[in-house]
Amino acid sequence: MMRDVTDFKNYRDVLVEAVVTLARKHPEIVWLDADVSSCIGSAAFQKEFPQRFFNCGIAEANMVAAAAGMASAGLTPFIHSFACFASRRAYDQLFISCGYTHQSVHVIGSDPGIVAQYNGGTHMPFEDIALFRQIPGFVIVEPSDATSLYELTQQVYENGTSSYIRTPRKGISFRYKASDSIELGKAVTLKEGDDVTIVATGVLMVDGALEAASILEKKGIRATVIDNHTIRPFDGKTIEKAARRTGHVLVCENGRYAGGVGEMVASYLARTCPVKMDFVCVADRYGEVGNLAYLKESFGFTGKDIAEKAEKLLEK
Amino acid sequence: MLDTKTLAMLRKEALDARIKTIGCISSFGSGHIGGAMSVMDLLVYLYFKEMKVRPQEPLWDQRDRLVLSKGHAGPALYAVLAKKGYFPESWLTTLNQGGTRLPSHVDMLKTPGVDFTAGSLGQGVSAAVGIAAAQRVLGYTDSWTYAIVGDGESQEGEVWEAAEDAAAWKLDNFIAFTDVNGQQLDDYTDNIVPMHQLRQRYETFGFDTYEINGHDFNAIDEAVQMAKGVRGKPHMIIMNTIKSYGYIPGEGIKSNHSMSINEETRTEAVRALVEREENA
Repeated sequence: MMRDVTDFKNYRDVLVEAVVTLARKHPEIVWLDADVSSCIGSAAFQKEFPQRFFNCGIAEANMVAAAAGMASAGLTPFIHSFACFASRRAYDQLFISCGYTHQSVHVIGSDPGIVAQYNGGTHMPFEDIALFRQIPGFVIVEPSDATSLYELTQQVYENGTSSYIRTPRKGISFRYKASDSIELGKAVTLKEGDDVTIVATGVLMVDGALEAASILEKKGIRATVIDNHTIRPFDGKTIEKAARRTGHVLVCENGRYAGGVGEMVASYLARTCPVKMDFVCVADRYGEVGNLAYLKESFGFTGKDIAEKAEKLLEK
Repeated sequence: MLDTKTLAMLRKEALDARIKTIGCISSFGSGHIGGAMSVMDLLVYLYFKEMKVRPQEPLWDQRDRLVLSKGHAGPALYAVLAKKGYFPESWLTTLNQGGTRLPSHVDMLKTPGVDFTAGSLGQGVSAAVGIAAAQRVLGYTDSWTYAIVGDGESQEGEVWEAAEDAAAWKLDNFIAFTDVNGQQLDDYTDNIVPMHQLRQRYETFGFDTYEINGHDFNAIDEAVQMAKGVRGKPHMIIMNTIKSYGYIPGEGIKSNHSMSINEETRTEAVRALVEREENA
């Protein structure tokens, strides 16, 4: 049984609760933040474990390397910043001090891609997935709802190696029930259909993929929808199985094509089961400010956009 | 003041460690001799006089830890660690060979006794601050964290980010040293980006500070012992040193960051060093 988190109001509260619950059992867990503690709500961790909470100030690179030092001395740090700063801003430190040294550090990058909304282009990372994919050994998860966010946060800790947890802060959705099963590295087939496979990662894209599947269904097109919540280790087998059945795969991510989930799936299928493919993602473009509805339209991330791409893919 | 016997022991160990470092680098043919030799006296002091370590149990959790943030000075640390018994001295002639346990830049996964990996400058200081904080969290009240940072390395902004946190967190178990040898890869530091008034900078950051001759064991000891008595602040000991000190062909020249050393130059350099020490 997974934890029932339906009484929570935001993803960030679920995430912090997951880490606090772990920290009650594991005294070596510490939390580091970079002056965005109040944005993620880690005050709950600080209140319960004041000696194990470190606000590093606005200095993300230092925070990451300091966390690696803590890990080398026997602690297990969870560190948080907005996804742009938790990836780009501290990349050499992530690569060398955490990755190259094999130190276990769990990095929480909040509000990835267009979820950054009103913080705009400076705060809108699409490339964070690609960056973490270049660091050998890092587990990468992007849960698609609150239940899986809680569960996967616990599982990346139990797994032991460093991880990147990519999540929105605000809002909440419950795709999975506590009685369902979520396993790190195991994609979930949410809907089965024989015409096209839609592989989606993250809340935004899994929501969009399911909406697209409904639109397609009305047109007589039956889609398989896969929640690819774990980017590494990649569950190629589940996707390959669906690809063999449908012959068409559309990969959707709130991220950049280069080095992203789409390229990863394409590379895997090119070697195992070449099929017709297309991608819902960001190509050569920077982020911009706006509300989520505007940004979804602007970047072609709506359920309607996904359905249209899937339909065109079938015509290829 | 160190007693006569301890002082003689440190001088003897430092001479031997310098000879071994020159041998280590000459076995490969070239290496970062300048920055290795400038921190040698400090390393010998720390490992032979001050640090609480167990060479037969290098991962002992309550040990004192050292982060050599200027990671290219690895050969100096390797000579000291080998002499302390962390690994056989025969390893010293494997520097940078394929499959070696002794890479040019220190690597905690490869070399017993290396407490943190360094080479991408600035990061080791941050890691050391993290280690000092961890010692607090874990309740290791009698454990110290030492960090050695270069003056050229201090051009990295991360060094100052780390200093901010060390001061903010009042890490009085953190003792850092800046090796002010006045030179960096391209030129004299003054000709690149001058790093003046480092002591004042750290003082302003909230550190307990000292400025000493980094080749004077008594001065190193005095600063470290005083630092250990000051609570509530991290400590910075600015060490004025000579780049390549003890590898005489590299002393006082501009291009001594990395030098070629063959068997002939090694033999002559060791002979000259021993002669100078005997006449000191």
